[in-house]
Amino acid sequence: MPDLLIELFSEEIPARMQARAADDLKRLVTDGLVEAGLTYASAGAFSTPRRLTLSVEGLLAESPATREERKGPRVDAPEKALEGFLRSTGLTRDQLEARDDKKGQVWFAVIAREGRPAAGIVAEVLEKTIRTFPWPKSMRWGAGNLRWVRPLHSILCLLSDEAGASVVPLEIDGITAGDSTAGHRFMAPAPIQVTGFDDYRAKLQAAHVVLSAEDRAQAIWHDAEQMAFAQGLELVEDKGLLAEVAGLVEWPVVLMGAIDEEFLGLPAEVLQTSMKEHQKFFSVRDITEQITHFVTVANRETADNGATILAGNQKVLSARLADAKFFWENDLRIAATDITQWTDALENVTFHNKLGSQQARIKRIAKLAREIAPQVGADVDDVHTAALVAKADLSSEMVYEFPELQGIMGEYYAQEAHLSDEIAAAAREHYQPLGPSDDVPEAPISVAVAFADKIDTLTGFWAIDEKPTGSKDPFALRRAALGVIRLVLENDHRMALGQVFAKANEVAADRDGAMADVGDLMAFIHDRLKVFLRDRGIRHDVIDACLAMPGADDLTLLVRRAQALQAFLKMEEGENLIQGFKRAHNILKQAEAADGVEYSYGPDPKLAETQLETALFAALDAAEAEIAPAMEAEDFAEAMGAMAGLRAPVDAFFEGVQVNADSQILRRNRLNLLHRISATCLSVADLTRIEG
Amino acid sequence: MAGSATRPQSFQEIILRLQTYWASKGCAVLQPYDMEVGAGTFHPATTLRALGSKSWAAAYVQPSRRPTDGRYGENPNRLQHYYQYQVLIKPSPPDLQALYLGSLEAIGIDMDLHDIRFVEDDWESPTLGAWGLGWEVWCDGMEVSQFTYFQQVGGHDCKPVSGELTYGLERLAMYVLGVDHVMEMPFNDPSAPIPLTYGDVFKQTEEEYSRWNFDQADTDMLLTHFEDAEAECQRILDAPARDPKTGQHIVMAHPAYDQCIKASHLFNLLDARGVISVTERQAYIGRVRALAKACADAFVTTRAAGAEV
Repeated sequence: MPDLLIELFSEEIPARMQARAADDLKRLVTDGLVEAGLTYASAGAFSTPRRLTLSVEGLLAESPATREERKGPRVDAPEKALEGFLRSTGLTRDQLEARDDKKGQVWFAVIAREGRPAAGIVAEVLEKTIRTFPWPKSMRWGAGNLRWVRPLHSILCLLSDEAGASVVPLEIDGITAGDSTAGHRFMAPAPIQVTGFDDYRAKLQAAHVVLSAEDRAQAIWHDAEQMAFAQGLELVEDKGLLAEVAGLVEWPVVLMGAIDEEFLGLPAEVLQTSMKEHQKFFSVRDITEQITHFVTVANRETADNGATILAGNQKVLSARLADAKFFWENDLRIAATDITQWTDALENVTFHNKLGSQQARIKRIAKLAREIAPQVGADVDDVHTAALVAKADLSSEMVYEFPELQGIMGEYYAQEAHLSDEIAAAAREHYQPLGPSDDVPEAPISVAVAFADKIDTLTGFWAIDEKPTGSKDPFALRRAALGVIRLVLENDHRMALGQVFAKANEVAADRDGAMADVGDLMAFIHDRLKVFLRDRGIRHDVIDACLAMPGADDLTLLVRRAQALQAFLKMEEGENLIQGFKRAHNILKQAEAADGVEYSYGPDPKLAETQLETALFAALDAAEAEIAPAMEAEDFAEAMGAMAGLRAPVDAFFEGVQVNADSQILRRNRLNLLHRISATCLSVADLTRIEG
Repeated sequence: MAGSATRPQSFQEIILRLQTYWASKGCAVLQPYDMEVGAGTFHPATTLRALGSKSWAAAYVQPSRRPTDGRYGENPNRLQHYYQYQVLIKPSPPDLQALYLGSLEAIGIDMDLHDIRFVEDDWESPTLGAWGLGWEVWCDGMEVSQFTYFQQVGGHDCKPVSGELTYGLERLAMYVLGVDHVMEMPFNDPSAPIPLTYGDVFKQTEEEYSRWNFDQADTDMLLTHFEDAEAECQRILDAPARDPKTGQHIVMAHPAYDQCIKASHLFNLLDARGVISVTERQAYIGRVRALAKACADAFVTTRAAGAEV
């Protein structure tokens, strides 16, 4: 069985696209081969900055012959029907067979396909793959029409078996497939002829190209760690950067250098961000956590062991850090003098054209944060101050240069402005949580501002009808909603969100009267809550059952109820009681519908005819006596435990008592008794929504 | 070739070497365009010649002005007036990367000692309605050039595609010459009888223009000029193609494009004066783009674009 080797050699492919492109190449080619009948044993794809490579092992040498019979129209069917059938089968009329069928004579097509050698199929599949490749962005070059991510220079396409290797004949827009490639652009540019994947990989390695991105990443990480370790330092982990850097080099050579001492006073985040964003350097820290060194990854070895390269990089870094230092010192001076001038300057920065400036937004957040402060145990004035400076750093030069440092710089600058550590921390923490795995702030001031920020965002965009739709959520409102949910739940806060949203509407008088529909917004929060809880294993019907209860905008309460209900349903009593409840509820509803009355007068225990009824009355008395105070105390587990006690008497009642008794008095009383069962159960959660 | 490159001694020597190199590769060495532009791309030898089917190969220095980048000559590498070296070849030759690397060697960058990288950088000019894909080229971590395959200019697909190289000359020269502050860079040969630094030539003009750009330029006048340029551009393009005097078919694409360039620079000046708000900005850019598109529409109907006239 032959092996297939494909390499598409081009000018430098953007690092961020390489891994995906290798996967796409593998998927498109192997899918195409299998569809044409060529199955294979295994396949692997690789990428470097200049090449995408696919190795397929154990491919069928030719596709199997196939025979397919297709039934067509009746012999006496209109001409049109026959024409369509001929088109779809690719046959002519004299190739059809007329056969007897239940409905008379019918045309049959027998389509026999002979097996085809792999080479022809590979050529077709590869050409189609290249012409339809799903690059995020592609281009033309020269005078040609072919599209690729950057100019495509050569195609290597080789089928090899024990007998030897042969090039798959293929030509695409003037590029003829061959059996050769090139090594490293500078270290080994000569053409390389190969006979198969192992040969290819080995020769590339010898020509200073490490084929596998994973191998390159591992080598970089290993060498960098060793180099740092040798000097008693530690490499700062950054997986995203590692993957990117592995996509920028074919022959990684790790070099470590020291950061000029005059820049060591910059915050670690600034050093790290500047080095990463501008230079794609890793940060290296000493035992005191101070970042003192950098690691850069060159794409080649040199006679001076990288000395020139390192010196050049160091110089560029110093120029960059000189900029950063300039921003930092300017910013500190302003922060120390009057940090609020930054907030004022945000008057000229638009947040959203229908929601006013950043300054207007900050003022709304500050007002709302004051309202929220008491509910989260924070000092009102501190919260107000914190909210007013939390986004001041958006005016700073450092954040203008590195937007991803927003909040982080805010904390430094607020400290410089002699604000308390708690107020300063709010500048950083109020953005949190930034995603499902980000930390949730706990400090009361941060929590109040974080709440106000997210709630203002949600209310604002709801008011101007910019809600998320489908996969589109340009203002990250789902993230804001999840943030609200996690802020409430993970801090165990008790607040009626509906009222908070209403308050947010109130403080937003500057929105020309556009108000958010609080009910709709609450429904959105509940929707996100369902997703959030489902990920934590809580059944959607359990959530629905609890959402239907009053006070559902108190998310902490809502979740406690849902957790208790879920636990209850896992017990045998719970599951059975639900069945009993449903039975009671259904009989009752049918009777009420038939009789046109509501059986909600309360059953009379004196009319209990049997021991089973008496027992049920007693059980209900006992349960209700426990449930009411438990509910009052919001102890849902206790309430549901009490409810579980109803299971045996309810089961026994349905077993031994005829609800539809001949005596109308008895029947009415029993229906009223069913109502009492139902009402007791419904006081805990809307059990009608429980499925199964 | 490796290791044979000698180090140039001055800013002008680097320019001369680039001129010689690209001339030897068959480019027509043009002179700078005689108008204020923000980048070498604005030169009609790039913007207009990237359009149409006719082959083209040109290289030139282009003085470029970015009023907002003025720092009174104090910043080590920021200037409101600087030089770009620009190469445009249509159709882009298959060995353009190699040709480019050869130019680095020509200016004294030893390929055996340095780490040259092509790092993704897509280019887009909202004012020209143009975009392309390519890279910024790094030498030991420093960006030394932009390398772009033009895909669209003035809203027209580029067919064939031009390859564009842009070198930021001051930055590149500072790197090659090992100079830390642009004003200290030798402009001519340091051993010449009258050695001049970049500062000798440009320090004072940077101060003067910084003051004018930021504080003194008459914004009402600039605004009027912007509107005049815009109107003139449209008027020129609206004129019938047949010239009543000569009876010939003469589409005035270049004179119209001059007005587009003017409008673009006037916008930059207004921007530096801080009189254009964030929302207005987009509108102004849109107005210049509309002119650029109209000029491109006109140019593609001319002989220089390969049209049958």
